[in-house]
Amino acid sequence: MTNMSASIGNVHFKNPIVMASGTFGFGREYGKLYDLSCLGGISGKGLTLNPKAGNPGTRVYETASGMLNSVGLENPGVAAFLEKECPHWETLDTARIVNLGGNTLQDYVTGAEMIQRDADARERSGNVAVDMIELNISCPNVKEGGIAFGIKTVAAQEVVRAVRRATKLPLAVKLSPNAEDIAVMAQMCQEEGADAVSLINTISGMKIDVRRRSSVFNNLYAGLSGPAIKPVALRMVHQVAQRVTIPIIGMGGITSATDIIEFIMAGATVIQVGTYNFMNLRAGSSLVEELEQFMIQESISSLDEIRGII
Amino acid sequence: MATVISNERLTDGVYHLRVAGNYGGEMGQFYMLRAWGAYPLLSRPLSIHQVHDDGVEFLYHVVGEGTKLMAELNPGDPIGLEGPFGSGFPQVEGKVALVGGGIGIAPLYYCAQELPGCDVFLGFSRQAFREEAFRPLAAELMVNVGGLILDSVDFTQYDHIFVCGPHPMLKAAQLKAIAAESAGSQTNVYLSLENRMACGIGACLVCSVSCRDGQRKACADGPVFRSEEVIFHD
Repeated sequence: MTNMSASIGNVHFKNPIVMASGTFGFGREYGKLYDLSCLGGISGKGLTLNPKAGNPGTRVYETASGMLNSVGLENPGVAAFLEKECPHWETLDTARIVNLGGNTLQDYVTGAEMIQRDADARERSGNVAVDMIELNISCPNVKEGGIAFGIKTVAAQEVVRAVRRATKLPLAVKLSPNAEDIAVMAQMCQEEGADAVSLINTISGMKIDVRRRSSVFNNLYAGLSGPAIKPVALRMVHQVAQRVTIPIIGMGGITSATDIIEFIMAGATVIQVGTYNFMNLRAGSSLVEELEQFMIQESISSLDEIRGII
Repeated sequence: MATVISNERLTDGVYHLRVAGNYGGEMGQFYMLRAWGAYPLLSRPLSIHQVHDDGVEFLYHVVGEGTKLMAELNPGDPIGLEGPFGSGFPQVEGKVALVGGGIGIAPLYYCAQELPGCDVFLGFSRQAFREEAFRPLAAELMVNVGGLILDSVDFTQYDHIFVCGPHPMLKAAQLKAIAAESAGSQTNVYLSLENRMACGIGACLVCSVSCRDGQRKACADGPVFRSEEVIFHD
């Protein structure tokens, strides 16, 4: 029997395949293409306390083996999410992760408190819509906050500490590869009581339109994702795994079962799939099948056998 | 995977692709096409030129890596299709004008088939293509090469106008729609937008369009929008 399951705290993942924030909406669109209950989990579109319109101008550009995006956290805000998406999330048979960003410390805290209050209210009526919060201190596409918290360990520490106090829900902190020292950042998250760290967010990048003699993106820089960043992501997951004992949610350019296995061997407990969703709209369901096949072929009965062996 | 029936070059850089299979879709909707493996990373959104029982057809202009690879497709080659996606042109009654610029004529052929008796205005910068296909379907067909086709359209004379073309043309159409409205006309003007897309299904928000009621998605709320909804920033 092949056992693909994994756990982070009390959150159960039927397999390690989680859809990454920002590439999967709140699941509704992909849910029309395949049954989301095959997935280990989904991480919803990054939320901020108040709705955000996101960045003007070009938001996507293909690069060699990857893409740059500059969406700028367009989202409906925490309250609209709780009201409009959570009733749907209650019905999903997969781990549901809410991704929370912010511009100020207070935004993060207020957002987390609202999610906690909503979870408490649902619990009283016997329902669950959110299994975990993924704290986004690493969005490269918003001018203030976001990445500023993601680069400096001291600034991040304040946010993680304050949000940890504001919620009892399992808390993962999503780290930026642009952090001054990602392993130190991860260690800080562990010390502040985070239940997991997830990494990596996109790598800050750039594209210049030589004829217009300007950056393609209004925001100048944009976030690089896709297979191009996989070696960097894998190295960072491995480095963080040497430093922390809390589970790692690994991601960056995963497009195959062997990519998943690499991240698990580097120390990840579960993984996230982002850009691959655009290459293959059925990425989630096809990877679940592919991973099971691979584990059978390679006689891996449980991911625990290979986790962190490198 | 679907199969290419034909991939005919119409003029410099413009191709007519026919794909076999039972593919549906409405006027102005699109498919995400993929004629390669992993790279280029993203699939390409192409509007439906025509659907029939045994296949679906597209027009495309070679502008980048993806369309360059598509131009090399031969009959019998496999091609990935996902769709139909998006919210297209409405089924309307009354006097209709279809206004297309360049490769923007692609979705209008399907509209011309669905809306018999419409007037068709096609503009091209260098060389016309597929214009003869419109002739039997149009009450009146006007073709312009090198000029501004919008100048030939009296926006006050129609109940509905469908426009698809390059960005400056859509902006100009919106200005004409505003002018027609100020002149007391009740014309409904619809614009089909072309934005860069990634997922094509409304999840990733890279094709966001600024509208009066906030951000909308070109892939899911559009690509067709009512002219008065859209806010053009540049």
